[in-house]
Amino acid sequence: MRITCPWCGERDHQEFTYRGDAAAKRPAMSDESIEAHQAYVYDRENPDGAHRELWNHTGGCRKHLVVTRNTLTHQITLCEPIGPWAKRLKAAAK
Amino acid sequence: MTRYSAFSILTNALRGNRDWTPAWRKAEPKAGYDVIIVGGGGHGLATAYYLASVHGVTNVAVVEKGYLGSGNIGRNTTIVRSNYRLPANSDFYEKSMQLWRGLSHELNYNVMFSPRGVLNLAHTPGQMDTYAERGNQMRLNGIGAELLDRDQVARLNPGLDVNGSARFPVVGGLLQPEAGNARHDAVAWGYARGADKLGVDILENTEVTGFLKEGGKIVGVQTRRNGEQADIRAQKVGVAVAGSTGRVMKLAGVDRLPIESTVLQAFVSESIKPIIPTVTTFGAGHLYVSQSDKGGLVFGGNIDYYNSYASRGNLPVWEEVTSELVAMFPNFARLRLLRSWGGIMDMSMDGSPIITTGPVDGMFLNAGWCYGGFKATPASGWCFAHTIAQDKPHDLNAAFTLDRFKDGRPIDELGAGPTPWYH
Repeated sequence: MRITCPWCGERDHQEFTYRGDAAAKRPAMSDESIEAHQAYVYDRENPDGAHRELWNHTGGCRKHLVVTRNTLTHQITLCEPIGPWAKRLKAAAK
Repeated sequence: MTRYSAFSILTNALRGNRDWTPAWRKAEPKAGYDVIIVGGGGHGLATAYYLASVHGVTNVAVVEKGYLGSGNIGRNTTIVRSNYRLPANSDFYEKSMQLWRGLSHELNYNVMFSPRGVLNLAHTPGQMDTYAERGNQMRLNGIGAELLDRDQVARLNPGLDVNGSARFPVVGGLLQPEAGNARHDAVAWGYARGADKLGVDILENTEVTGFLKEGGKIVGVQTRRNGEQADIRAQKVGVAVAGSTGRVMKLAGVDRLPIESTVLQAFVSESIKPIIPTVTTFGAGHLYVSQSDKGGLVFGGNIDYYNSYASRGNLPVWEEVTSELVAMFPNFARLRLLRSWGGIMDMSMDGSPIITTGPVDGMFLNAGWCYGGFKATPASGWCFAHTIAQDKPHDLNAAFTLDRFKDGRPIDELGAGPTPWYH
């Protein structure tokens, strides 16, 4: 697999560290429901098909990105920048 | 059905081997059963066998999408062990070891259980301390364990590089002498034959396409068999589908589980004369290797650590696994690989399995085996059969519920946290 880092370009996936399902969203700390926190920490959709997931370019720029990858074919269709750097990247593109 | 014995082999040989009968019937589905097991792999077949033999529930069907034993039961590296630290795992896997020891006789089918020992290599003094702790833990739980120094390891495994100048020199190891291997296909076939003999219908090439629900309760399965749709009703439905857990449970309306599917690759080399007497694992990385009775080296390492439903992995794992093998046994560098393959693993969030009632009324779930399901086959079936027959878990699998995640009682042997790709 090769992942196109929005900052560094196309690289071998070994340069990246897998960080799991990007859909998991931490509930607000004021949310006292155990179910909501349990779902965030443990429950995953685990789809067979398109999967949005976090990767960190640990062997490169060390920034996080969201990769959309098909779990049946390993084909990567989208690599999106996230975090504060993403805004700068978009601004620079303009 | 023929009982296998030396006498039956002799008499059949004298008659030209014309009278052997199939090991199990090609059953036709009935309209309804007491219990339907989804998944005709090791765990599903073992469950059906123990439902019939221990609990007297014989009106059972095992529904399998492909041919019998076509999933992970035929893809694993056949290792059987119980060298765990946490009590829940230790008790459960030791139950499995007890069942393995008598399995060939119980099933009247040679599963070729070979307690040749599992040796975990240590490469640093700190690792020796960890192994000493694990060995003590095992002994406290009544499981045999021996801590070996470098010379003892060298005597046990003459082909191993124990040279002090190695990149990761071997300083010792932990041996579970009663662990070993079994013939994986024979386990599936033996349980299938045993269950069939007790009246269980094994329905191959029958894919579950949905679940029948009445008032929120599961009352059977929808199937596709030979291109035709058919509903089969059941009072209870057990699901034991390993890597397909996510897919099958979505059919029942369970969209989210503490499980992610990944691919694990395994490898077998060309056959050579006997060289590795034990199952041997590399401690400075992750590699386990043993030699099959045909002489091939059977080995594997880590999962490809991202979510996957593809039964094939990527090349970095090949490089990692083969380089670790050659680091241990430099003389294997010139061997050629015969085959490699990938299987889908149902990685749970704490690295321990789930054998439970629910999560839907009328349904029972057996999943989350990560990549250690083979050794668990007998105990998994035994406990799952108990859970289905009694509507509650046995003491041995009482800890392996789905609730444990909510209640803060995960069974995390590795201490890696909710990161299934690291377990």
